[in-house]
Amino acid sequence: MNAATVLPAIGVAATLATTLGAALGWAATRLRPNEHRLVESINALLPQTQCGQCGFPGCRPYAEAVARGEADIDRCPPGGDITVRALAGLLGREPKPLDPRFGTVPSPAVAVIDEERCIGCALCLPACPVDAIVGAPRFMHTVLEARCTGCALCLPPCPVDCIALHPKP
Amino acid sequence: MITAGLRLESHKARAMQRPLQIAGLPASAVVPLDQGGGTTASPAVRPGMRVRIGTAIARPGDSRSATVHSPVAGIVRDIGVRDIPTPSGQALCIVIENDGTDEWDIPHAPTPWALVSPARLIDGIREAGIVGLGGAAFPTSIKLRAAREQSVEHLVLNGAECEPWISCDDALMRERAGDVVLGAQVMMHACGARRATIAVEDDKPEAIAALQTALSAASDDRIALLALPALYPAGAERQLLSAVTGREVPYDELPPAIGLVCQNVGTAAAVAAWVRTGQPCISRIVTITGSGVNQPANLEARIGTPLSALVAECGGYCGQPRRLIAGGSMTGQALTSDALPLTKAMNCVLVATGADLAPRGREMPCIRCGDCATACPAGLLPQQLHRGVLSDDAELFERHGLADCIECGCCDFVCPSQIPLTSRFREARAQARARREEMQRAADARQRFEQRERRLAARAEVERRAFDEARRRARGDGPPSGGPDAI
Repeated sequence: MNAATVLPAIGVAATLATTLGAALGWAATRLRPNEHRLVESINALLPQTQCGQCGFPGCRPYAEAVARGEADIDRCPPGGDITVRALAGLLGREPKPLDPRFGTVPSPAVAVIDEERCIGCALCLPACPVDAIVGAPRFMHTVLEARCTGCALCLPPCPVDCIALHPKP
Repeated sequence: MITAGLRLESHKARAMQRPLQIAGLPASAVVPLDQGGGTTASPAVRPGMRVRIGTAIARPGDSRSATVHSPVAGIVRDIGVRDIPTPSGQALCIVIENDGTDEWDIPHAPTPWALVSPARLIDGIREAGIVGLGGAAFPTSIKLRAAREQSVEHLVLNGAECEPWISCDDALMRERAGDVVLGAQVMMHACGARRATIAVEDDKPEAIAALQTALSAASDDRIALLALPALYPAGAERQLLSAVTGREVPYDELPPAIGLVCQNVGTAAAVAAWVRTGQPCISRIVTITGSGVNQPANLEARIGTPLSALVAECGGYCGQPRRLIAGGSMTGQALTSDALPLTKAMNCVLVATGADLAPRGREMPCIRCGDCATACPAGLLPQQLHRGVLSDDAELFERHGLADCIECGCCDFVCPSQIPLTSRFREARAQARARREEMQRAADARQRFEQRERRLAARAEVERRAFDEARRRARGDGPPSGGPDAI
């Protein structure tokens, strides 16, 4: 084997590597999957409780983290196994059980305000991420049952602990 | 043409040995306010009020329900949720204690139907509480109104009654064929159809003869009589329409879309009884049959009569009844108690002993023989649906048309591996529906959340501007000049 046969082979290999590398590099920057659309599709599969149990401040931030590959798909307890499976299907991954560190699957619940004890402080109104509590300062508050997602975010701000989660009828 | 289906042992002769009988009045009637399609009429009476036969006790809650009338005269004892023999299991009911006076509400008058406008006639049918007596109990007025709006031209009366054991429509057609024909004429006037076909399975020669006599007496050449081959499930709406007209209803449409409307013969007779006498729908014909009943028969009974009273009317139980079934042996629903009331949807009570129930072996794996696909009258592939259901693959079973399954039970019946296909499909449909509702709720929640975020952001922006403005004023600056900030 002499240099006359080896050198053209090396040359061809080097040219191929350079052109293909350049093409791939260009494709990686210009033809990137539409991340915004991916976030939208992931967000559409999440239960929209905005409860924050995944460690992110709502469903969309979690969807963004999943799209960027920063968070795994097993962090949404309200969605349960169905959501994990749907996410796995969307992202082409293996389904896995829910990570127990982020909580367990809750039974469907709605928040109920004990109207005897409610003092009309209105502190729970800004806490509700889906505007499901109706009320005004020094007026009786109530929860719109059909709109409540059972996220429990209204429980901590209540100064008289008059909100409780009841099982969904 | 019907391409698939089963020839089944009919077991209908037992209840047809005796003529149609009128059942006694119940001591207390439990009247469900539930209507087909999940809507409920709202009560128009209070406990303690006295009602008479035919008093309207519940008004339509929305456009999807019909009026409900008292089947007995007496005192309203209770209004509450009770167990009823429908798939939902429970519904709001009005309980009326019969005082035995058998007194009718205001005298009813016949309706000169040919002189009444179709819209008024349809309203009258709704006021008379007439619903589909074939088994769905869907308000007849809604079907007729939809048919009128889409100007259908062909009314098909369903007298096929294909399911084993059930013979209430057979008894009705034999004894009240005139009412069936009159009902067809009234409904044609109401929905604007130009012709009508009464479709009957050819294993009911007496009913066909009675209808022929009634038709020649009416001498209405717009109405035809058609004998269908007795092939289960010939009486399922879509299958019947394609057998009668040779045209198939598109899977995502209802019959009026191709100019057809289908009504049960029992419904037609109820409409006829209403125009003849003005009396609302407070009773129906029900078959009481099975090896567990002494004298099987067809009874005309008031709605709300406990099933135990109907069985007693037929000589009571005999042998060793093993199961009480509402409906026939193919699509019937097992009941938990004979204290449940008769509803407008119930066409048969089957008291089955061990001899009536086919022994069911252990379920074996699917061998993909394809017998179910040959039998399926809806043209589906049950083996593929089953694969989708077992692997919980909604995409697969929706693509294979689970929504078009009519739950007739043919695939179950022929399966050599004895797989309970129909109940699996029914369960999967309920789950798929629940999942869709959950998705819809999540989408609503997201919309509310996003609107709230936008609102809060807009408010924060306004506050920030106001703060900047106030700060500038405090410093005595003029309006922003566009140059770099002075800080």
